[in-house]
Amino acid sequence: MRPGTPGILWTVVRRDLLLALRRKSEVLTSLFFFVIVVSLFPLGIGPEMSLLRIIAPGVLWVAALLAAMLSLNRLFATDHADGTLEQMLLAPAPLGLLVTGKIIAHWLVAGLPLVLIAPLLGLQYDLAPHALGVLMLSLLIGTPLLSLLGAIGAALTLGVRGGGVLLSLLTLPLYIPALIFGAGAVEADISGLGATGHLSLLAALLALSAFFAPWAATAALRVALE
Amino acid sequence: MQNKIIHWFKYGSPQSFYPLAGKMLPWFVTLAVIFGSAGLWLGFFVAPTDAVQGEGYRIIFVHVAASWMSMFLYLVMAFWAGLGLALNTRLSSMMASAVAPTGALMAFISLWTGALWGKPMWGTWWVWDARLTSELILLFLYLGFLALQAAIDEPRRADKAGAILALVGVVNVPIIYFSVTWWNTLHQGASVSLTKSPSMAVTMLWGMLLMALCFWMYSIAMTLMRVRVIILERERTSEWVKHAVA
Repeated sequence: MRPGTPGILWTVVRRDLLLALRRKSEVLTSLFFFVIVVSLFPLGIGPEMSLLRIIAPGVLWVAALLAAMLSLNRLFATDHADGTLEQMLLAPAPLGLLVTGKIIAHWLVAGLPLVLIAPLLGLQYDLAPHALGVLMLSLLIGTPLLSLLGAIGAALTLGVRGGGVLLSLLTLPLYIPALIFGAGAVEADISGLGATGHLSLLAALLALSAFFAPWAATAALRVALE
Repeated sequence: MQNKIIHWFKYGSPQSFYPLAGKMLPWFVTLAVIFGSAGLWLGFFVAPTDAVQGEGYRIIFVHVAASWMSMFLYLVMAFWAGLGLALNTRLSSMMASAVAPTGALMAFISLWTGALWGKPMWGTWWVWDARLTSELILLFLYLGFLALQAAIDEPRRADKAGAILALVGVVNVPIIYFSVTWWNTLHQGASVSLTKSPSMAVTMLWGMLLMALCFWMYSIAMTLMRVRVIILERERTSEWVKHAVA
């Protein structure tokens, strides 16, 4: 019996998670990158808590953006190198679904750990407990958005000369709305304005890109594998 | 007279478009020069000195035209890229590649003149104003398109990858613009705003329109010139190119 949509998705997600768990260092590298970048800012700016509290949302979000982007290279590259991607293209299951599965797996591996460790880093910046909650929530909505948009860039730069640097040039401008609303949500919460508006817009962006991004990434993959 | 039908679609092939572009080129260059001299004459000699900003405001005639063109050219580029992707026509993709450098140039001129204008008016080279910021992001989008196309050796793949990026960019441009606007209004109060400038003299408006037309014609001329080079480069193995170049 051929598996249905959930079955196909589950197979792809499970496979990618399994591969990621076998190579733990790669997962941990981007997580530690996130931690280190966030820890560097106080060293560069100075230890004044009043200042750090103001820049905390922006710093955490920019670091999350960079960490998510660094891990994008692995999204398709290893599968492309060993020919798995071509097999996926030939598989009876729609490629868009397989790509969606890979994006979900990428978020579970590269995005979710950032969400979980963010409150700890927020404490270093002396964020209030409620702001920490909003930070986590904004990252919870925002990091899947980063994985989705990044997948387009990763597919476009697949097997291209200087792909890594190029990938950052392509994806970072697209990340700007996520950065604005994500960091804005935390800032609005700190200043007492309430984060609902920002979070709703972030969620709207997530819904929009969840619909379109796998489609665009699939088209880009087909171009890359032609 | 009536039965002379022009087969427009034949100009969809690079071979027949190449001489057509060559014929159109001098016309657009001439138009650009005419509009440009008229616009600059209006802008520098006829338009009155601004009551608030003095002579420094005259940079508006270049700045506004360049900003308009930078945004318009992104749409033009995405249009050709999308057409090339949908209909698989080579010439459309070549047009998209030919438009991109001019668009990036316009975005750069817009930022540059904006900085030059900002120094005497606002006292600073750069303000994190919503328009300046989105113009900067537009420049990044152009550079991304150019870098992606430059990084891929195979022309057809470069065309298609660039087209997908341009279309993703076109969907994102309004989202980026509105998010930046909102970010800006939340961060800084009403400090500097171009929209609140005093009402414009009619001659100033004419000068701006003429300069915009000049930049438009210039962009078309440059695109045609560049697309001719791209055609020759891509079709270099074909017979007609050997005859055309010889």
